[in-house]
Amino acid sequence: MAASDRIRRFFRTEQGIGMLLVSPTALYALLLLAVPLIAIFVISFWTQTGVRDFDTAFTLANYKEALTDPLYRQLMLRSLMVSGLVTLITVVLAFPIAYFVSFGVKPEHKSLWIFLITIPFWTSYLIRVFLWKVILGYNGVLNSGLQAVGIIDEPLSFILYNVNAVIITLAHAYAPFAILPIFVALEKIDRSLLEASRDLGESRTMTFLRVTLPLAAPGVVAAVLIVFIPTIGDYVTPRLVGGPGGLMIANMIQTQFLRLNNAPLGATLAVLAMLIVAVIAIAFLLLGNRAAGGKKGARK
Amino acid sequence: MKSLKTYAILYLIFLYAPIFLLPLFAFNSSTIIAFPLESFTTEWFTQLLTLSEMHGALLNSLKIAVTSAVLATTLGIFAAMAVSRYSFPGQKGIMGFIMLPLVLPEIIVAVSLLIVILRMGLDTGAWSVIAGHTLICTPFAIAILQSAFAALDPSLEEAAYDLGETPASTFRLVTLPLVMPGIISALLISFTISMDEFIIAFFLTGAEPTLPVYLFSMLRFPKLLPAVMALGTILVVLSILLITIAEFFRRRGAKRTGNDTGGFL
Repeated sequence: MAASDRIRRFFRTEQGIGMLLVSPTALYALLLLAVPLIAIFVISFWTQTGVRDFDTAFTLANYKEALTDPLYRQLMLRSLMVSGLVTLITVVLAFPIAYFVSFGVKPEHKSLWIFLITIPFWTSYLIRVFLWKVILGYNGVLNSGLQAVGIIDEPLSFILYNVNAVIITLAHAYAPFAILPIFVALEKIDRSLLEASRDLGESRTMTFLRVTLPLAAPGVVAAVLIVFIPTIGDYVTPRLVGGPGGLMIANMIQTQFLRLNNAPLGATLAVLAMLIVAVIAIAFLLLGNRAAGGKKGARK
Repeated sequence: MKSLKTYAILYLIFLYAPIFLLPLFAFNSSTIIAFPLESFTTEWFTQLLTLSEMHGALLNSLKIAVTSAVLATTLGIFAAMAVSRYSFPGQKGIMGFIMLPLVLPEIIVAVSLLIVILRMGLDTGAWSVIAGHTLICTPFAIAILQSAFAALDPSLEEAAYDLGETPASTFRLVTLPLVMPGIISALLISFTISMDEFIIAFFLTGAEPTLPVYLFSMLRFPKLLPAVMALGTILVVLSILLITIAEFFRRRGAKRTGNDTGGFL
Protein backbone atom coordinates (compact mmCIF):
# COMPACT_ATOMS: atom_id res chain seq x y z
CA MET A 1 0.00 0.00 0.00
CA ALA A 2 2.68 2.42 1.10
CA ALA A 3 4.81 1.63 -1.94
CA SER A 4 2.00 2.11 -4.47
CA ASP A 5 1.09 5.37 -2.68
CA ARG A 6 4.64 6.56 -3.05
CA ILE A 7 4.63 5.63 -6.74
CA ARG A 8 1.35 7.49 -7.25
CA ARG A 9 2.75 10.54 -5.51
CA PHE A 10 5.94 10.38 -7.61
CA PHE A 11 3.90 10.58 -10.81
CA ARG A 12 2.35 13.86 -9.66
CA THR A 13 5.73 15.54 -9.22
CA GLU A 14 7.48 17.41 -12.02
CA GLN A 15 9.92 14.52 -12.46
CA GLY A 16 7.16 11.93 -12.46
CA ILE A 17 5.06 13.70 -15.09
CA GLY A 18 8.13 14.15 -17.27
CA MET A 19 9.01 10.46 -17.03
CA LEU A 20 5.42 9.47 -17.73
CA LEU A 21 5.22 11.75 -20.78
CA VAL A 22 8.49 10.56 -22.31
CA SER A 23 7.77 6.88 -21.65
CA PRO A 24 5.81 6.02 -24.85
CA THR A 25 8.60 7.39 -27.04
CA ALA A 26 11.34 5.91 -24.86
CA LEU A 27 9.58 2.53 -24.83
CA TYR A 28 9.32 2.59 -28.61
CA ALA A 29 13.03 3.33 -28.95
CA LEU A 30 13.79 0.61 -26.39
CA LEU A 31 11.79 -2.06 -28.22
CA LEU A 32 12.67 -1.12 -31.80
CA LEU A 33 16.21 0.17 -31.39
CA ALA A 34 17.81 -1.12 -28.18
CA VAL A 35 16.43 -4.67 -28.43
CA PRO A 36 17.38 -5.07 -32.14
CA LEU A 37 20.87 -3.64 -31.49
CA ILE A 38 21.37 -6.13 -28.66
CA ALA A 39 20.01 -8.89 -30.90
CA ILE A 40 22.48 -8.09 -33.66
CA PHE A 41 25.30 -8.21 -31.11
CA VAL A 42 24.14 -11.58 -29.77
CA ILE A 43 23.64 -13.11 -33.23
CA SER A 44 27.17 -12.11 -34.24
CA PHE A 45 28.34 -14.92 -31.93
CA TRP A 46 26.10 -17.55 -33.55
CA THR A 47 26.32 -19.72 -36.68
CA GLN A 48 23.74 -19.94 -39.44
CA THR A 49 22.55 -23.48 -40.11
CA GLY A 50 19.38 -23.03 -42.18
CA VAL A 51 17.28 -20.27 -43.76
CA ARG A 52 15.95 -19.18 -40.39
CA ASP A 53 17.84 -21.53 -38.10
CA PHE A 54 20.90 -20.77 -36.07
CA ASP A 55 23.33 -22.76 -34.00
CA THR A 56 23.21 -20.69 -30.84
CA ALA A 57 26.44 -22.05 -29.37
CA PHE A 58 28.84 -19.18 -28.60
CA THR A 59 31.58 -18.82 -31.19
CA LEU A 60 34.14 -16.19 -32.19
CA ALA A 61 34.51 -17.71 -35.67
CA ASN A 62 32.64 -14.81 -37.34
CA TYR A 63 34.93 -12.24 -35.77
CA LYS A 64 37.96 -14.27 -36.74
CA GLU A 65 36.75 -14.45 -40.34
CA ALA A 66 35.78 -10.77 -40.46
CA LEU A 67 39.14 -9.64 -39.12
CA THR A 68 41.42 -11.98 -41.08
CA ASP A 69 39.75 -12.23 -44.50
CA PRO A 70 41.54 -9.62 -46.68
CA LEU A 71 38.30 -8.83 -48.56
CA TYR A 72 36.45 -7.70 -45.43
CA ARG A 73 39.49 -5.83 -44.16
CA GLN A 74 39.84 -4.03 -47.49
CA LEU A 75 36.15 -3.04 -47.51
CA MET A 76 36.34 -1.80 -43.92
CA LEU A 77 39.48 0.27 -44.57
CA ARG A 78 38.01 1.67 -47.76
CA SER A 79 34.81 2.64 -45.94
CA LEU A 80 36.85 4.41 -43.27
CA MET A 81 38.95 6.21 -45.87
CA VAL A 82 35.91 7.26 -47.92
CA SER A 83 33.95 8.58 -44.96
CA GLY A 84 37.06 10.30 -43.58
CA LEU A 85 37.72 12.08 -46.89
CA VAL A 86 34.04 12.90 -47.39
CA THR A 87 33.95 14.40 -43.89
CA LEU A 88 37.05 16.50 -44.54
CA ILE A 89 35.77 17.77 -47.90
CA THR A 90 32.23 18.54 -46.71
CA VAL A 91 33.31 20.34 -43.55
CA VAL A 92 36.01 22.42 -45.29
CA LEU A 93 33.63 23.39 -48.10
CA ALA A 94 30.75 24.01 -45.69
CA PHE A 95 32.50 26.32 -43.24
CA PRO A 96 32.67 29.37 -45.58
CA ILE A 97 28.97 28.91 -46.44
CA ALA A 98 27.95 28.76 -42.79
CA TYR A 99 30.18 31.78 -42.10
CA PHE A 100 28.69 33.73 -44.98
CA VAL A 101 25.08 33.03 -43.94
CA SER A 102 25.80 33.88 -40.31
CA PHE A 103 27.90 37.02 -40.85
CA GLY A 104 27.22 38.22 -44.39
CA VAL A 105 23.45 37.83 -44.77
CA LYS A 106 20.83 40.23 -43.37
CA PRO A 107 19.05 38.65 -40.37
CA GLU A 108 15.69 38.57 -42.16
CA HIS A 109 17.19 36.57 -45.06
CA LYS A 110 19.05 34.01 -42.98
CA SER A 111 16.26 31.46 -42.68
CA LEU A 112 15.65 31.69 -46.44
CA TRP A 113 19.30 30.85 -47.13
CA ILE A 114 19.24 27.93 -44.69
CA PHE A 115 16.00 26.75 -46.26
CA LEU A 116 17.54 26.88 -49.75
CA ILE A 117 20.56 24.91 -48.56
CA THR A 118 18.45 22.19 -46.93
CA ILE A 119 15.91 21.68 -49.76
CA PRO A 120 18.03 19.29 -51.89
CA PHE A 121 18.49 17.12 -48.81
CA TRP A 122 14.74 16.44 -48.68
CA THR A 123 14.48 15.20 -52.25
CA SER A 124 14.79 11.52 -53.12
CA TYR A 125 18.27 10.28 -52.18
CA LEU A 126 18.10 7.50 -54.76
CA ILE A 127 17.34 9.93 -57.59
CA ARG A 128 20.12 12.30 -56.53
CA VAL A 129 22.71 9.51 -56.48
CA PHE A 130 21.53 8.21 -59.83
CA LEU A 131 21.87 11.71 -61.31
CA TRP A 132 25.53 11.77 -60.28
CA LYS A 133 25.95 8.67 -62.39
CA VAL A 134 24.46 10.65 -65.28
CA ILE A 135 26.77 13.60 -64.58
CA LEU A 136 29.99 11.61 -64.13
CA GLY A 137 29.43 8.92 -66.78
CA TYR A 138 31.64 8.26 -69.83
CA ASN A 139 29.14 10.11 -72.03
CA GLY A 140 27.94 12.08 -69.05
CA VAL A 141 27.14 15.73 -68.57
CA LEU A 142 30.58 16.61 -67.25
CA ASN A 143 32.56 14.82 -69.98
CA SER A 144 30.40 16.06 -72.86
CA GLY A 145 30.47 19.57 -71.39
CA LEU A 146 34.25 19.62 -71.02
CA GLN A 147 34.68 18.16 -74.51
CA ALA A 148 32.35 20.75 -76.03
CA VAL A 149 34.34 23.56 -74.43
CA GLY A 150 37.55 21.90 -75.60
CA ILE A 151 39.23 21.43 -72.24
CA ILE A 152 39.60 17.69 -72.79
CA ASP A 153 39.80 15.60 -75.97
CA GLU A 154 38.75 12.25 -74.55
CA PRO A 155 36.18 11.55 -71.84
CA LEU A 156 37.64 11.29 -68.34
CA SER A 157 37.15 7.75 -67.10
CA PHE A 158 38.49 8.12 -63.58
CA ILE A 159 35.36 9.83 -62.32
CA LEU A 160 32.77 7.03 -62.49
CA TYR A 161 32.58 3.50 -61.10
CA ASN A 162 35.34 3.99 -58.58
CA VAL A 163 36.08 5.49 -55.18
CA ASN A 164 36.31 9.05 -56.58
CA ALA A 165 32.69 8.93 -57.73
CA VAL A 166 31.61 7.66 -54.30
CA ILE A 167 33.43 10.52 -52.58
CA ILE A 168 32.00 13.21 -54.90
CA THR A 169 28.46 11.90 -54.56
CA LEU A 170 28.58 11.52 -50.78
CA ALA A 171 30.18 14.95 -50.35
CA HIS A 172 27.23 16.40 -52.26
CA ALA A 173 24.62 14.43 -50.33
CA TYR A 174 25.94 15.34 -46.88
CA ALA A 175 26.68 19.03 -47.51
CA PRO A 176 23.66 20.38 -45.56
CA PHE A 177 24.52 18.16 -42.58
CA ALA A 178 27.86 19.93 -42.28
CA ILE A 179 26.54 23.46 -42.81
CA LEU A 180 23.74 23.45 -40.22
CA PRO A 181 25.71 22.69 -37.02
CA ILE A 182 28.50 25.12 -37.97
CA PHE A 183 25.90 27.81 -38.74
CA VAL A 184 24.20 27.26 -35.36
CA ALA A 185 27.55 27.57 -33.54
CA LEU A 186 28.45 30.76 -35.42
CA GLU A 187 25.04 32.27 -34.68
CA LYS A 188 25.64 31.78 -30.95
CA ILE A 189 28.83 33.86 -30.98
CA ASP A 190 28.38 37.13 -29.12
CA ARG A 191 29.22 39.74 -31.77
CA SER A 192 30.57 42.15 -29.15
CA LEU A 193 33.49 39.75 -28.59
CA LEU A 194 34.55 40.31 -32.18
CA GLU A 195 34.28 44.08 -31.78
CA ALA A 196 36.31 43.89 -28.59
CA SER A 197 39.04 41.99 -30.40
CA ARG A 198 39.11 44.57 -33.20
CA ASP A 199 39.12 47.45 -30.69
CA LEU A 200 42.09 45.86 -28.97
CA GLY A 201 44.01 46.10 -32.21
CA GLU A 202 43.71 42.58 -33.68
CA SER A 203 43.44 42.39 -37.46
CA ARG A 204 40.41 40.86 -39.14
CA THR A 205 42.33 37.65 -39.86
CA MET A 206 43.68 37.35 -36.32
CA THR A 207 40.20 38.02 -34.90
CA PHE A 208 38.85 35.22 -37.06
CA LEU A 209 41.64 32.84 -36.05
CA ARG A 210 41.72 33.68 -32.35
CA VAL A 211 38.06 34.43 -31.57
CA THR A 212 35.62 33.20 -34.23
CA LEU A 213 37.25 29.88 -35.06
CA PRO A 214 37.68 28.60 -31.47
CA LEU A 215 34.10 29.62 -30.63
CA ALA A 216 32.84 27.79 -33.72
CA ALA A 217 34.74 24.62 -32.76
CA PRO A 218 31.74 22.83 -31.16
CA GLY A 219 29.81 23.28 -34.41
CA VAL A 220 32.72 21.91 -36.44
CA VAL A 221 33.00 18.90 -34.11
CA ALA A 222 29.24 18.25 -34.46
CA ALA A 223 29.50 18.60 -38.25
CA VAL A 224 32.37 16.11 -38.41
CA LEU A 225 30.47 13.51 -36.39
CA ILE A 226 27.14 14.02 -38.17
CA VAL A 227 28.81 13.41 -41.55
CA PHE A 228 31.37 10.76 -40.56
CA ILE A 229 29.06 8.36 -38.70
CA PRO A 230 26.29 7.84 -41.28
CA THR A 231 28.52 7.92 -44.40
CA ILE A 232 30.49 4.88 -43.28
CA GLY A 233 27.29 2.82 -43.55
CA ASP A 234 26.10 4.18 -46.88
CA TYR A 235 24.76 1.54 -49.23
CA VAL A 236 23.17 3.28 -52.23
CA THR A 237 26.07 5.46 -53.37
CA PRO A 238 28.78 2.77 -53.58
CA ARG A 239 26.27 0.43 -55.17
CA LEU A 240 25.22 2.86 -57.92
CA VAL A 241 28.38 4.84 -58.70
CA GLY A 242 31.18 2.87 -57.03
CA GLY A 243 31.64 0.00 -59.46
CA PRO A 244 33.41 -3.11 -58.14
CA GLY A 245 36.37 -1.09 -56.80
CA GLY A 246 34.22 1.38 -54.89
CA LEU A 247 32.07 -0.95 -52.80
CA MET A 248 31.91 -0.34 -49.06
CA ILE A 249 31.14 -2.34 -45.93
CA ALA A 250 27.35 -1.74 -46.11
CA ASN A 251 27.25 -3.51 -49.47
CA MET A 252 28.92 -6.54 -47.90
CA ILE A 253 26.52 -6.46 -44.94
CA GLN A 254 23.61 -6.47 -47.39
CA THR A 255 25.16 -9.33 -49.38
CA GLN A 256 25.64 -11.44 -46.25
CA PHE A 257 22.06 -10.87 -45.09
CA LEU A 258 20.03 -11.02 -48.29
CA ARG A 259 22.15 -13.05 -50.73
CA LEU A 260 24.53 -15.37 -48.90
CA ASN A 261 22.06 -15.93 -46.08
CA ASN A 262 24.79 -15.60 -43.47
CA ALA A 263 23.17 -13.24 -40.96
CA PRO A 264 25.73 -13.89 -38.19
CA LEU A 265 28.64 -12.78 -40.38
CA GLY A 266 26.62 -9.78 -41.61
CA ALA A 267 25.84 -8.93 -37.98
CA THR A 268 29.53 -9.24 -37.09
CA LEU A 269 30.51 -6.80 -39.85
CA ALA A 270 27.79 -4.39 -38.68
CA VAL A 271 28.97 -4.63 -35.05
CA LEU A 272 32.60 -4.10 -36.05
CA ALA A 273 31.72 -1.10 -38.24
CA MET A 274 29.75 0.50 -35.38
CA LEU A 275 32.52 -0.27 -32.91
CA ILE A 276 35.21 1.31 -35.09
CA VAL A 277 33.04 4.39 -35.73
CA ALA A 278 32.26 4.71 -32.02
CA VAL A 279 35.95 4.49 -31.05
CA ILE A 280 36.95 7.10 -33.65
CA ALA A 281 34.06 9.38 -32.68
CA ILE A 282 34.91 9.21 -28.97
CA ALA A 283 38.62 9.75 -29.65
CA PHE A 284 37.75 12.74 -31.81
CA LEU A 285 35.47 14.19 -29.10
CA LEU A 286 38.14 13.76 -26.43
CA LEU A 287 40.75 15.34 -28.69
CA GLY A 288 38.38 18.23 -29.43
CA ASN A 289 37.72 18.76 -25.72
CA ARG A 290 41.42 18.68 -24.91
CA ALA A 291 42.19 21.19 -27.66
CA ALA A 292 39.45 23.49 -26.33
CA GLY A 293 40.71 23.01 -22.76
CA GLY A 294 44.28 23.73 -23.85
CA LYS A 295 43.17 27.01 -25.38
CA LYS A 296 41.42 28.04 -22.20
CA GLY A 297 44.62 27.37 -20.28
CA ALA A 298 46.66 29.45 -22.72
CA ARG A 299 44.32 32.42 -22.29
CA LYS A 300 45.11 32.67 -18.58
CA MET B 1 32.17 39.17 -48.06
CA LYS B 2 31.69 39.68 -51.80
CA SER B 3 33.90 36.77 -52.78
CA LEU B 4 32.22 34.69 -50.07
CA LYS B 5 28.86 35.49 -51.65
CA THR B 6 30.11 34.36 -55.07
CA TYR B 7 31.34 31.15 -53.45
CA ALA B 8 27.98 30.67 -51.73
CA ILE B 9 26.10 31.07 -55.01
CA LEU B 10 28.44 28.61 -56.77
CA TYR B 11 27.91 26.23 -53.89
CA LEU B 12 24.14 26.48 -54.25
CA ILE B 13 24.49 25.74 -57.98
CA PHE B 14 26.57 22.65 -57.08
CA LEU B 15 23.89 21.59 -54.58
CA TYR B 16 21.05 22.02 -57.08
CA ALA B 17 22.85 20.82 -60.26
CA PRO B 18 21.61 17.22 -60.16
CA ILE B 19 18.03 18.26 -59.45
CA PHE B 20 18.03 20.78 -62.31
CA LEU B 21 19.16 18.10 -64.76
CA LEU B 22 16.20 15.91 -63.88
CA PRO B 23 13.43 17.73 -65.83
CA LEU B 24 15.80 18.24 -68.81
CA PHE B 25 16.04 14.49 -69.34
CA ALA B 26 12.45 13.81 -68.28
CA PHE B 27 11.14 15.92 -71.17
CA ASN B 28 13.85 14.83 -73.64
CA SER B 29 12.76 12.44 -76.41
CA SER B 30 16.07 10.51 -76.52
CA THR B 31 16.09 7.18 -74.68
CA ILE B 32 19.73 7.76 -73.71
CA ILE B 33 20.27 9.94 -70.66
CA ALA B 34 22.98 12.21 -72.09
CA PHE B 35 23.59 15.52 -73.84
CA PRO B 36 22.90 16.84 -76.44
CA LEU B 37 19.15 16.96 -75.87
CA GLU B 38 16.91 15.93 -78.77
CA SER B 39 13.35 17.24 -78.72
CA PHE B 40 10.60 17.94 -76.23
CA THR B 41 8.27 15.10 -75.27
CA THR B 42 5.84 14.13 -72.52
CA GLU B 43 6.00 10.48 -73.60
CA TRP B 44 7.83 9.35 -70.44
CA PHE B 45 5.18 10.81 -68.20
CA THR B 46 2.43 8.98 -70.11
CA GLN B 47 4.56 5.83 -69.92
CA LEU B 48 4.37 6.11 -66.12
CA LEU B 49 0.60 5.73 -66.34
CA THR B 50 1.04 2.31 -67.93
CA LEU B 51 3.39 0.89 -65.27
CA SER B 52 0.79 -0.81 -63.08
CA GLU B 53 3.41 -2.28 -60.74
CA MET B 54 4.51 1.26 -59.98
CA HIS B 55 0.97 2.24 -59.01
CA GLY B 56 0.88 -0.54 -56.44
CA ALA B 57 4.24 0.61 -55.08
CA LEU B 58 3.01 4.22 -54.92
CA LEU B 59 -0.12 3.23 -52.97
CA ASN B 60 1.97 1.09 -50.63
CA SER B 61 4.38 4.00 -50.05
CA LEU B 62 1.54 6.45 -49.38
CA LYS B 63 -0.02 4.07 -46.85
CA ILE B 64 3.33 3.59 -45.10
CA ALA B 65 4.24 7.29 -45.15
CA VAL B 66 0.89 8.48 -43.74
CA THR B 67 0.94 5.90 -40.94
CA SER B 68 4.60 6.51 -40.07
CA ALA B 69 4.08 10.29 -40.06
CA VAL B 70 1.12 10.06 -37.67
CA LEU B 71 2.93 7.63 -35.36
CA ALA B 72 6.23 9.57 -35.38
CA THR B 73 4.49 12.89 -34.72
CA THR B 74 2.44 11.39 -31.87
CA LEU B 75 5.58 9.94 -30.26
CA GLY B 76 7.30 13.25 -30.98
CA ILE B 77 4.61 15.24 -29.14
CA PHE B 78 5.04 13.14 -25.98
CA ALA B 79 8.82 13.47 -25.96
CA ALA B 80 8.89 17.14 -26.96
CA MET B 81 6.38 18.02 -24.22
CA ALA B 82 8.33 16.03 -21.67
CA VAL B 83 11.66 17.75 -22.36
CA SER B 84 10.36 21.28 -22.88
CA ARG B 85 8.23 21.31 -19.68
CA TYR B 86 9.69 18.92 -17.18
CA SER B 87 13.09 17.78 -16.10
CA PHE B 88 13.34 14.16 -15.12
CA PRO B 89 16.13 11.81 -14.05
CA GLY B 90 18.21 10.45 -16.93
CA GLN B 91 16.76 13.01 -19.34
CA LYS B 92 19.96 13.47 -21.31
CA GLY B 93 20.56 9.75 -21.75
CA ILE B 94 16.96 8.90 -22.63
CA MET B 95 16.68 11.73 -25.17
CA GLY B 96 20.11 10.95 -26.62
CA PHE B 97 19.00 7.40 -27.23
CA ILE B 98 15.68 8.44 -28.80
CA MET B 99 17.58 10.83 -31.13
CA LEU B 100 20.22 8.19 -32.02
CA PRO B 101 18.63 7.22 -35.38
CA LEU B 102 19.59 10.71 -36.64
CA VAL B 103 23.24 9.63 -36.92
CA LEU B 104 23.01 5.82 -36.92
CA PRO B 105 23.57 4.43 -40.45
CA GLU B 106 20.20 3.30 -41.76
CA ILE B 107 21.56 -0.08 -42.77
CA ILE B 108 22.23 -0.84 -39.09
CA VAL B 109 18.61 -0.01 -38.20
CA ALA B 110 17.45 -2.11 -41.16
CA VAL B 111 19.46 -5.29 -40.49
CA SER B 112 18.89 -5.23 -36.74
CA LEU B 113 15.11 -4.95 -37.18
CA LEU B 114 15.22 -7.67 -39.84
CA ILE B 115 17.02 -10.06 -37.49
CA VAL B 116 14.49 -9.54 -34.70
CA ILE B 117 11.52 -9.95 -37.05
CA LEU B 118 12.89 -13.16 -38.55
CA ARG B 119 13.86 -14.54 -35.14
CA MET B 120 10.31 -13.95 -33.92
CA GLY B 121 9.11 -16.04 -36.86
CA LEU B 122 7.21 -13.11 -38.37
CA ASP B 123 7.09 -12.08 -42.02
CA THR B 124 8.21 -8.66 -43.20
CA GLY B 125 5.71 -6.39 -44.90
CA ALA B 126 4.27 -2.88 -44.85
CA TRP B 127 3.97 -3.09 -41.05
CA SER B 128 7.69 -3.63 -40.55
CA VAL B 129 8.57 -0.73 -42.86
CA ILE B 130 6.17 1.46 -40.83
CA ALA B 131 7.89 0.34 -37.62
CA GLY B 132 11.32 1.28 -39.01
CA HIS B 133 10.20 4.56 -40.55
CA THR B 134 8.48 5.65 -37.35
CA LEU B 135 11.77 5.06 -35.55
CA ILE B 136 13.84 7.24 -37.91
CA CYS B 137 11.17 9.98 -38.34
CA THR B 138 10.58 10.47 -34.60
CA PRO B 139 13.86 12.39 -33.97
CA PHE B 140 13.01 14.86 -36.75
CA ALA B 141 9.48 15.30 -35.36
CA ILE B 142 10.94 15.89 -31.87
CA ALA B 143 13.40 18.51 -33.18
CA ILE B 144 10.57 20.49 -34.81
CA LEU B 145 8.06 20.05 -31.98
CA GLN B 146 10.57 20.83 -29.26
CA SER B 147 11.06 24.35 -30.57
CA ALA B 148 7.28 24.71 -30.93
CA PHE B 149 6.73 23.68 -27.29
CA ALA B 150 9.70 25.68 -26.00
CA ALA B 151 8.31 28.84 -27.60
CA LEU B 152 4.94 28.34 -25.88
CA ASP B 153 4.28 30.70 -22.96
CA PRO B 154 3.38 28.47 -19.95
CA SER B 155 1.29 31.25 -18.39
CA LEU B 156 -1.35 30.66 -21.07
CA GLU B 157 -1.87 27.12 -19.78
CA GLU B 158 -1.77 28.28 -16.17
CA ALA B 159 -4.51 30.77 -17.00
CA ALA B 160 -6.64 27.93 -18.39
CA TYR B 161 -6.10 25.88 -15.20
CA ASP B 162 -7.08 28.88 -13.07
CA LEU B 163 -10.26 29.26 -15.12
CA GLY B 164 -11.17 25.69 -14.18
CA GLU B 165 -10.04 23.65 -17.21
CA THR B 166 -8.70 20.14 -16.63
CA PRO B 167 -5.22 19.16 -17.93
CA ALA B 168 -6.88 17.30 -20.81
CA SER B 169 -9.15 20.16 -21.86
CA THR B 170 -6.31 22.67 -21.46
CA PHE B 171 -4.18 20.60 -23.82
CA ARG B 172 -7.02 20.43 -26.36
CA LEU B 173 -8.17 24.07 -26.12
CA VAL B 174 -4.93 25.97 -25.47
CA THR B 175 -1.76 23.93 -26.08
CA LEU B 176 -2.79 22.03 -29.20
CA PRO B 177 -3.97 25.05 -31.25
CA LEU B 178 -0.79 26.96 -30.38
CA VAL B 179 1.59 24.15 -31.37
CA MET B 180 -0.58 23.04 -34.33
CA PRO B 181 1.74 24.63 -36.93
CA GLY B 182 4.63 22.64 -35.42
CA ILE B 183 2.56 19.47 -35.54
CA ILE B 184 1.66 20.00 -39.21
CA SER B 185 5.29 20.72 -40.01
CA ALA B 186 6.40 17.53 -38.19
CA LEU B 187 3.77 15.46 -40.04
CA LEU B 188 4.88 16.76 -43.45
CA ILE B 189 8.59 16.27 -42.75
CA SER B 190 8.02 12.71 -41.47
CA PHE B 191 5.82 11.94 -44.49
CA THR B 192 8.54 13.19 -46.86
CA ILE B 193 11.28 11.18 -45.13
CA SER B 194 9.21 7.99 -45.23
CA MET B 195 8.24 8.49 -48.91
CA ASP B 196 11.92 8.85 -49.90
CA GLU B 197 13.52 6.28 -47.58
CA PHE B 198 15.11 3.36 -49.40
CA ILE B 199 17.37 1.16 -47.25
CA ILE B 200 14.96 0.25 -44.46
CA ALA B 201 12.19 -0.35 -47.00
CA PHE B 202 14.60 -2.45 -49.14
CA PHE B 203 15.29 -4.81 -46.21
CA LEU B 204 11.86 -4.87 -44.60
CA THR B 205 9.34 -4.49 -47.40
CA GLY B 206 8.70 -8.17 -48.14
CA ALA B 207 6.68 -8.96 -51.27
CA GLU B 208 5.17 -5.50 -51.81
CA PRO B 209 7.83 -2.92 -52.74
CA THR B 210 7.60 0.72 -51.79
CA LEU B 211 8.07 3.38 -54.46
CA PRO B 212 11.83 3.88 -53.87
CA VAL B 213 12.40 0.10 -53.82
CA TYR B 214 10.51 -0.22 -57.11
CA LEU B 215 12.46 2.73 -58.51
CA PHE B 216 15.72 1.04 -57.55
CA SER B 217 14.69 -2.06 -59.48
CA MET B 218 13.83 0.14 -62.50
CA LEU B 219 17.44 1.40 -62.60
CA ARG B 220 18.62 -1.97 -63.91
CA PHE B 221 16.64 -1.57 -67.14
CA PRO B 222 18.15 1.06 -69.48
CA LYS B 223 14.84 1.14 -71.39
CA LEU B 224 13.04 2.40 -68.30
CA LEU B 225 15.53 5.17 -67.41
CA PRO B 226 13.63 8.02 -69.13
CA ALA B 227 10.56 6.98 -67.11
CA VAL B 228 12.76 7.04 -63.98
CA MET B 229 13.64 10.64 -64.84
CA ALA B 230 9.95 11.49 -65.23
CA LEU B 231 9.04 9.81 -61.94
CA GLY B 232 12.01 11.51 -60.26
CA THR B 233 10.86 14.91 -61.52
CA ILE B 234 7.40 14.35 -60.02
CA LEU B 235 8.87 13.13 -56.70
CA VAL B 236 11.31 16.02 -56.40
CA VAL B 237 8.62 18.63 -57.20
CA LEU B 238 6.31 17.04 -54.61
CA SER B 239 9.06 16.88 -51.97
CA ILE B 240 9.95 20.54 -52.49
CA LEU B 241 6.26 21.49 -52.31
CA LEU B 242 5.70 19.55 -49.07
CA ILE B 243 8.86 20.92 -47.46
CA THR B 244 7.93 24.48 -48.44
CA ILE B 245 4.49 24.03 -46.86
CA ALA B 246 6.13 22.54 -43.76
CA GLU B 247 8.49 25.52 -43.54
CA PHE B 248 5.53 27.90 -43.95
CA PHE B 249 3.73 26.29 -41.00
CA ARG B 250 6.89 26.19 -38.91
CA ARG B 251 7.41 29.90 -39.46
CA ARG B 252 3.76 30.71 -38.80
CA GLY B 253 4.03 28.80 -35.54
CA ALA B 254 7.20 30.69 -34.69
CA LYS B 255 5.46 33.98 -35.45
CA ARG B 256 2.41 33.02 -33.37
CA THR B 257 4.52 32.31 -30.32
CA GLY B 258 6.91 35.13 -31.16
CA ASN B 259 10.15 33.19 -31.36
CA ASP B 260 11.89 32.11 -34.56
CA THR B 261 14.70 29.69 -33.88
CA GLY B 262 15.14 29.11 -37.62
CA GLY B 263 15.85 25.95 -39.59
CA PHE B 264 14.62 22.42 -39.15
CA LEU B 265 17.45 21.21 -36.99
